[in-house]
Amino acid sequence: MAGLIEASGIGVALGGQRILEDVDFSASAGELVGLIGPNGAGKTTLLRVLTGLIEPDAGTVRIEGAPIGELTRRALAQRLAYLPQDHGVHWAIAVEDLVTLGRLPYRKFATPMGAADREATADAFRAMDLCGFKARPVTELSGGERARVLIARALAQDTAILLADEPAAGLDAAHQLELFALLRRLADDGRCVVLVLHDLSTASRFCDRLVVLDHGKVHAAGKADKVLTSKVLRSVYGISAYRGRAGGVPIVVPLKSLDAKPDGRPRGRNRS
Amino acid sequence: MSGLALSAERPARALIGYKLLIAALAGLVSLAFCASLFAGPADVGIGAVLRALVTGSGREAETTVLIAREIRLPRAILALLIGAALGLSGAALQGYLRNPLAEPGLIGVSSGAALGAVLAINTGVASGFVLALPLGGLAGAFAAVLIVQALAGLRGGPLTLILAGVAVTTFAGALMALALNLSPNPFAALEMVFWLLGSLADRSFVHVWLAAPVIVPGLALLLILGRDLDALTLGEEGAANLGVNLNHTRLLLIAGVALSVGAATAVAGAISFVGLVVPHLLRPLVAQRPSRLLLSSMLGGAGLVLAADICVRVLTPDSELKLGVLTALFGAPLFFYLVIKTRGKLI
Repeated sequence: MAGLIEASGIGVALGGQRILEDVDFSASAGELVGLIGPNGAGKTTLLRVLTGLIEPDAGTVRIEGAPIGELTRRALAQRLAYLPQDHGVHWAIAVEDLVTLGRLPYRKFATPMGAADREATADAFRAMDLCGFKARPVTELSGGERARVLIARALAQDTAILLADEPAAGLDAAHQLELFALLRRLADDGRCVVLVLHDLSTASRFCDRLVVLDHGKVHAAGKADKVLTSKVLRSVYGISAYRGRAGGVPIVVPLKSLDAKPDGRPRGRNRS
Repeated sequence: MSGLALSAERPARALIGYKLLIAALAGLVSLAFCASLFAGPADVGIGAVLRALVTGSGREAETTVLIAREIRLPRAILALLIGAALGLSGAALQGYLRNPLAEPGLIGVSSGAALGAVLAINTGVASGFVLALPLGGLAGAFAAVLIVQALAGLRGGPLTLILAGVAVTTFAGALMALALNLSPNPFAALEMVFWLLGSLADRSFVHVWLAAPVIVPGLALLLILGRDLDALTLGEEGAANLGVNLNHTRLLLIAGVALSVGAATAVAGAISFVGLVVPHLLRPLVAQRPSRLLLSSMLGGAGLVLAADICVRVLTPDSELKLGVLTALFGAPLFFYLVIKTRGKLI
């Protein structure tokens, strides 16, 4: 299966510091891929390179086979939705107006919403359990409610590729479960979903594949049980962890922080 | 929070609410425009003004025709255009910078125009040639914006734009002070100061023909920014991911503000607070949507300047108060009120 996203040899340096070095990454339709790694490993930077927000110093990114630089912003927005981690909302606009922004890439100048636009936004409202919130100003919502509104905005964009940076941050347990079940369904329906995650249990439970970044390089990649070995956990995070199953789902519980990683390098760069 | 916010059950209601708002504002502007034709020191009846405007001759005395056609009509048209330019530019800049304190002068246009006009007076060109003043103003506005654009760079963000605007505004202010300092005689200095206060007195159709072809395209550029400004509610990266080319947005914005506010300041001087206050007042009525604030602020600005220009003629018919002084006198207390209201919400 050809990858919807194909990135190869990605190198990024910001302010003289190497953030990513020779990173290869690909994700296909029907796949839910988790990007994991310690703080400052370069996960968010990689995601931003894949969205075209950062131009890499080295390497190429192809979206649906086309070099990302050859797509117009609008064409890219019809293929790829991105949900950043710290998403500010600058005016107290109504929830419905904000979610509807997801349809902008499809709408011509000064035309009202079409049937497809209405359907996509209605689906997004249902999926994020927001039907009672439509008229509320976004700024008056709680953090978790606002996170759901922003996810709904990305869902309304209705793209083949969805990239999200810690989408569950701020969500309560029930909404977290619902969100990951939804993202799983989106992947099963043939979309390509790439998530930056910190919770290792969630990552191993829902993702088809994990990519572990450390110090700007791909440390390991593959299925969760192959990737989240005690050796990888020790060398990347500097932790020992309990790995097992509970209620039929895989869990990874960090147990102890080991003093230093085996290679003697400092843990992460605390750059986030 | 806002009376016109979208209703969950009937999403169409907001649209009707918006259309009603636009219709109401357009009605108010039309009323103010007509009232502006009938207001003035010369005691001319409403019927006489209308007949003079429509027929241009007939039973009306020649002076009536002259007053209606050559004094009041161009003045009303200029008030309409200038108010529209200030209101719309304010709304567009506030949307782009996502800052409710942004105003049209922020990117250096107004101070550039003021400097150009002051230089035209200072060098004596203005006394020999009527259009030298507005043309100097236009040249100053465009020069200022070109410098701001060059300083901010083609790919810079809002912050570089603000910094470049502040730098140019400050420098233009210094040069204006220098021009006043070195003015050839007290009368020239007084003329400069009076011009800076902003007024629509003694303007003619020459000024309309000069300003309108510049202001109208500027307004058009700003009016098409609606969807980009809506997308910017999610920040620059959010907007970029929604397909907005931000370099393109910024170029249109700068060009639109330069044309509309540059020409407005060049013919009327500095009219403060309109561009700041109008979007502020209207924002709750459009459920804070930046796109819907554009057209409504354009109409609101036009209405406000027309009304203010009527006030200066009615309140002080003999020694006409300057329009810019009046807008500042009323605009500033309004701003106090807004600050107190906002503070109440924040605490």
